[in-house]
Amino acid sequence: MKTTDNLNMSTEDLIREENLVYKKTECMTDAVLSFCPGCGHGVIHRLTMEVVEEMGIQSDTIGIASVGCSVLAYDFMNVDMTGAAHGRAPAVATGIKRCWPDKFVFTYQGDGDLAAIGTAETIHACNRGENITIIFVNNGIYGMTGGQMAPTTLEGMKSSTTPYGRDISLMGNPIKITELVSQLPGTYYVTRQAVHTPSAVRKAKKAIRTAFESQKLKKGLSLIEFVSNCNSGWKMTPVEANKWMEEHMFPFYPLGDIKVEGKLIK
Amino acid sequence: MGELRLMKGNEAIAEAAIRAGADAYFGYPITPQSEIMEYLASQETHKRTGMVLLQAESEIAAINMVYGAASTGKKAITSSSSPGISLKMEGLSYMAGSELPCVVVNVVRGGPGLGTIQPSQADYFQATKGGGHGDYHLIVLAPSSVQEMSDFVKLGFELAFKYRNPVMILSDGVIGQMMEKVELFDPIPRVTEFDQSWVATGKTPDRERNIVTSLDLDPHKMEQHNRDIMAKYERMKKEDVRYEEVDCDDIDYLFVAYGSSARICQKAIKLAREEGIRVGLIRPITLFPFPTKEIAHLGDRVKGILSVELNTGQMVEDVRLAINGKVQVEHYGRVGGVIHSPIELLEALKKTFITK
Amino acid sequence: MNEEIIIAGFGGQGVLSMGKILAYSGIMQKMEVSWMPSYGPEMRGGTANVTVILSDERISSPIVNQYDTAIILNQQSMDKFEPTIKPGGLLLYDNNGISRHPERTDITVCQIEATKEAAKMGSSRTFNMVVLGAYIKLKPLVKLENVITGLEKSLPERHHHLIPLNVDSIKRGMELVATQN
Ligand SMILES: Cc1ncc(C[n+]2csc(CCOP(=O)(O)OP(=O)(O)O)c2C)c(N)n1
Ligand code: SF4
Repeated sequence: MKTTDNLNMSTEDLIREENLVYKKTECMTDAVLSFCPGCGHGVIHRLTMEVVEEMGIQSDTIGIASVGCSVLAYDFMNVDMTGAAHGRAPAVATGIKRCWPDKFVFTYQGDGDLAAIGTAETIHACNRGENITIIFVNNGIYGMTGGQMAPTTLEGMKSSTTPYGRDISLMGNPIKITELVSQLPGTYYVTRQAVHTPSAVRKAKKAIRTAFESQKLKKGLSLIEFVSNCNSGWKMTPVEANKWMEEHMFPFYPLGDIKVEGKLIK
Repeated sequence: MGELRLMKGNEAIAEAAIRAGADAYFGYPITPQSEIMEYLASQETHKRTGMVLLQAESEIAAINMVYGAASTGKKAITSSSSPGISLKMEGLSYMAGSELPCVVVNVVRGGPGLGTIQPSQADYFQATKGGGHGDYHLIVLAPSSVQEMSDFVKLGFELAFKYRNPVMILSDGVIGQMMEKVELFDPIPRVTEFDQSWVATGKTPDRERNIVTSLDLDPHKMEQHNRDIMAKYERMKKEDVRYEEVDCDDIDYLFVAYGSSARICQKAIKLAREEGIRVGLIRPITLFPFPTKEIAHLGDRVKGILSVELNTGQMVEDVRLAINGKVQVEHYGRVGGVIHSPIELLEALKKTFITK
Repeated sequence: MNEEIIIAGFGGQGVLSMGKILAYSGIMQKMEVSWMPSYGPEMRGGTANVTVILSDERISSPIVNQYDTAIILNQQSMDKFEPTIKPGGLLLYDNNGISRHPERTDITVCQIEATKEAAKMGSSRTFNMVVLGAYIKLKPLVKLENVITGLEKSLPERHHHLIPLNVDSIKRGMELVATQN
């Protein structure tokens, strides 16, 4: 890149094809994202769709939107999609994948959807080793319904149903569902990622790619957890939320691969 | 006079549950009723009255927690909105079959499916015709004010225990979200003595073992069980039909409406009377048992009846059954979260029966 | 007396709390009141509105389609609610962000510079209280002292130190319309 020249480029030069450095993937629609500014959902949507584009599988991909802030994922992801009832996405995905074993099938779920109401569907799809990809966004709260406690809410963390902080003697422990499903023989690739910095974004995208590639090879189920923020639900600015996430969420939900090629590495 | 407060309908439900001496609330968040659990959490119920509060992992879990608590004679309550109520239907069928009391609140939103979070009365069929599998009914109370949201929690527990049958408070997003003045009833202490004829609290030497179940493999026994349950419903129809008549002294036309629709009808009646149209309202308060006789009675005096509901025509079927062809019964309603306005109801009345 | 009010603006402008304070003040004066908000995701950054009814009689419908008073805080709400005011009714609006001013002549229109005034007072967040002050001056249905009690009741304890500032803003709003008219 011609660094100094670039800075002095005219608008006309800037928009020339040869000077293009970034382009929105065709696999995202032009709809304006409805997420709160600073929310991780938008980035995770984009990364998933970039992988679909790069692998050239748009016409063979079927997504399952779940119920949560990403309920309108089909407005933004430019692939065929179906909306599942709250928590049931892995069962819906199973139904699709069993009928269309050569298609790429993924679910996109929040922590309430995947680890509370949908725990049974999650565990059994993982245990059967359904050849699907689960994108799991853990923001430690129910964003959509206005900030109630999620199964992943940390001890002491405030939410609208734990206004004095999560008391584990009354409300139980936060659940590490990703570690839990990694114990099941049906899971092939299980990892925990984040999208709060450019390097994290690069790693996260690689993880999504690995998951879809494994699906191509019919290896079994991949689950990628994204530890993410919910600045609205946490009642913080986006910057504060990311800092809080690094300081509090990451120690409890450490980033990195948990199971690779069917083998536990942690 | 009780304590006066300005409260949301949802908050009134929660405060009333504490004051009614409820032993437990189990629920799962869903709009437009999440304030119920949020309010209970803010009150630290375990400190205030010892009431158990637990956010369950799903509505299925929540209703089964209620089933458990109710099996031991405890006063348990849960709440949700339409999609979550569908998930509770299995549990409610088991509770009706096992003859267990509880209060379940449905702050209805538009459906089917995920639908919308805006107000609706589309769950009338589900609430009044059983809802789950098998031959049973819930007792259904339809509040039309924040005051009734509070009062019906207390009444709901009374009826639930009187008949050992689940009671549903069928509200909607309007009544749940709006604030009005409420006169709160004085707190009732939580019950400590349980009816040993049926509760599973541990067999003591002085009584037989108690089994709570909806299962009986002997068809004749099961038939008898069904008949016993039906007998309770007949008794409800005799003793516990509730309704309200508004401006029905001199009527040519009649609105039938419950809950938020009944409120809007009342304004429409004022507008109609300004134009000299003599219309009144009968508001069923118990949707099951339904005020069939009372509607039939009013039907003798009018030229037309309009059933006003936020759905595509559900209660109108029960109104037609009550009227049995004597006069014309029509339905008017908006759906999908759209709410009819008073002027719109007046126009509908005129178009249906007057100007035609 | 039956006063049907719509208060409308953006989420976060304090629309709902303004309505709540009015409703509380009504209760203090032994009126019947109802407060019916718009709810849902549209409140996140989108529009928010609340219908408040103050009445001497039992309130029939909490939802109405014509209003005695509209209190308008953004252009979208102006477009939506100007036509719904009853003839002879009141339209009170903050001129900040309004590009198309009201055109009706059969209603009383009152424009104030609440945002600007609140900023001058160094508390732009209490601009809604300036508007509220203007309203209770224009339509003296509820007394200032009851509005202050309403404020105390509807503000969470941890924000009670802000009450004097809110009260000053209400008074400023009252003065603004007093000097205008
Ligand atoms: C059966 C049922 N119960 C409850 C709801 C209400 N509901 C919608 S989203 C949601 C939780 C979403 O939280 P999460 O999965 O963590 O996703 P986020 O919004 O945080 O992205 C709930 C409880 C529903 N839609 N259906
Ligand atoms: S509420 Fe939270 S999870 Fe939902 S869009 Fe906003 S920041 Fe994201």
